Amino acid sequence: MTAVLPSRPTAPQRPVGGRLIDQFEYGLDAPICLTWELTYACNLACAHCLSSSGRRDPRELSTAEAEAVIDELQRMQVFYVNVGGGEPTVRPDFWHLLDYAIGHDVGVKFSTNGIKLDKTRAAQLARTDYVDVQISLDGATAEVNDRVRGTGSYATAIRALENLAEAGMKDFKVSVVVTRENAGQLDAFKALTDSFGAQLRITRLRPSGRGADVWDELHPTMAQQKDLYQWLLANGDGVLTGDSFFHLSAFGEALPGLNLCGAGRVVCLIDPVGDVYACPFAIHENFLAGNVRDEGGFQRVWQSSELFADLRNPQTGGACTKCAHFDACRGGCMAAKFFTGLPLDGPDPECVQGYGETALAARDLELVTPRSHIDHSHTGPVRGQPTLLGMPAVPPAKICDESPLAGFPGA
Amino acid sequence: MTAPVAAVFDPALPWQKARSVALRPEPFGALVYHFGNRKLSFLKSKMLVAVVTSLAEHPSAEATLVACGVPETQRSSYLKALADLARSQMIELRSAS
Repeated sequence: MTAVLPSRPTAPQRPVGGRLIDQFEYGLDAPICLTWELTYACNLACAHCLSSSGRRDPRELSTAEAEAVIDELQRMQVFYVNVGGGEPTVRPDFWHLLDYAIGHDVGVKFSTNGIKLDKTRAAQLARTDYVDVQISLDGATAEVNDRVRGTGSYATAIRALENLAEAGMKDFKVSVVVTRENAGQLDAFKALTDSFGAQLRITRLRPSGRGADVWDELHPTMAQQKDLYQWLLANGDGVLTGDSFFHLSAFGEALPGLNLCGAGRVVCLIDPVGDVYACPFAIHENFLAGNVRDEGGFQRVWQSSELFADLRNPQTGGACTKCAHFDACRGGCMAAKFFTGLPLDGPDPECVQGYGETALAARDLELVTPRSHIDHSHTGPVRGQPTLLGMPAVPPAKICDESPLAGFPGA
Repeated sequence: MTAPVAAVFDPALPWQKARSVALRPEPFGALVYHFGNRKLSFLKSKMLVAVVTSLAEHPSAEATLVACGVPETQRSSYLKALADLARSQMIELRSAS
């Protein structure tokens, strides 16, 4: 397995002292936090799902294997994990694993569409320390949200937010992926979030998973990016971003947070079957570093994989290093470049200096953008399917796509 | 339940790494994490790690710097770093007990 990574010097020397960001480029002994997707199963079929989730993978980590990963994270002093999916709460052992992690000094922040957060669960969460909840919402109105996340998903999220607020839960989050359709709703999102006593978190749409199918249509326009940047400068202190908009720093002033691609350096992803990828937006074999089931477990993957060693160098070559804004944006998001077919040492497709648009336009017409072979999307129609991609409920091409026994007598 | 209030940093007083804080060694220094307020911070040199971990063994923050061999010219920046850590509750005043 060879990833095509930007040219970097071999065996670089970590500098002594200096800025933290320069230290982080050389990686850490353990991630600062990592994302752990517990399942590919999901009740929804969001048009932009970064992990192409839908169906459970039969090779999913068992409860015992998940506990072993938590034990390892505790030993490595990974103090918290971002848990997601799929929809993590549909795993029957989700609540057990939550308690297990917290009991082993691994705090949990989990993302959910809210489907399981009834009054009882909300009260349980309000009683639990070291747990953070993020409810995903991609429109401040049902109309905008449901087009991407599916009919009824806005109502589900709002009901979960009501339950959490009513239970007295503190510091829960509303998590928004900024798209062309909701970029004008930032103030509305803030007002909605404030009304529940919650905190707003906004992140960047990546062309990862099914996101690749809708990225052209949904990624914010340059004018929207400029407005978003101004909005973040004005509201940044009260809004979380997961440091995901660092490419906007090239507009001028640096945004708060870590302005660096942390892939394989300070963050990574463990997927539901235990595969370890450089970042949550890079589920592709080129960014696969190993599996937690391998000998040596997660620690060995994090500390010894060739891929991660490659990523733990400052980028020294490529067009971006010659740009006056390179120190601000560091070339942007690796996954965004990769899945739009751009070179990893070139500009981000949403480069705010306009180099991304030029690079996208200059792509070979024959270019086939890389696609992940990992796809757990629902194969049949889903209740409340998003309407963004047109009319749902396409009939199956072959009747046996629906049932292996279709057409047989008695089936 | 009231949250502990960050103490004003007085280097002449006895300090210690806060009890709800964990410290993870890293090549450049350490990462510190407060399990109570969930704040994450970084100690940017191994010398600062030595200072923070040995605060509890010395009668004051000033005495800790001397004992750890922090050069005099750097003491003011170390005291500033400790003041920042006190503000974010990573270090706490040691009671007389």
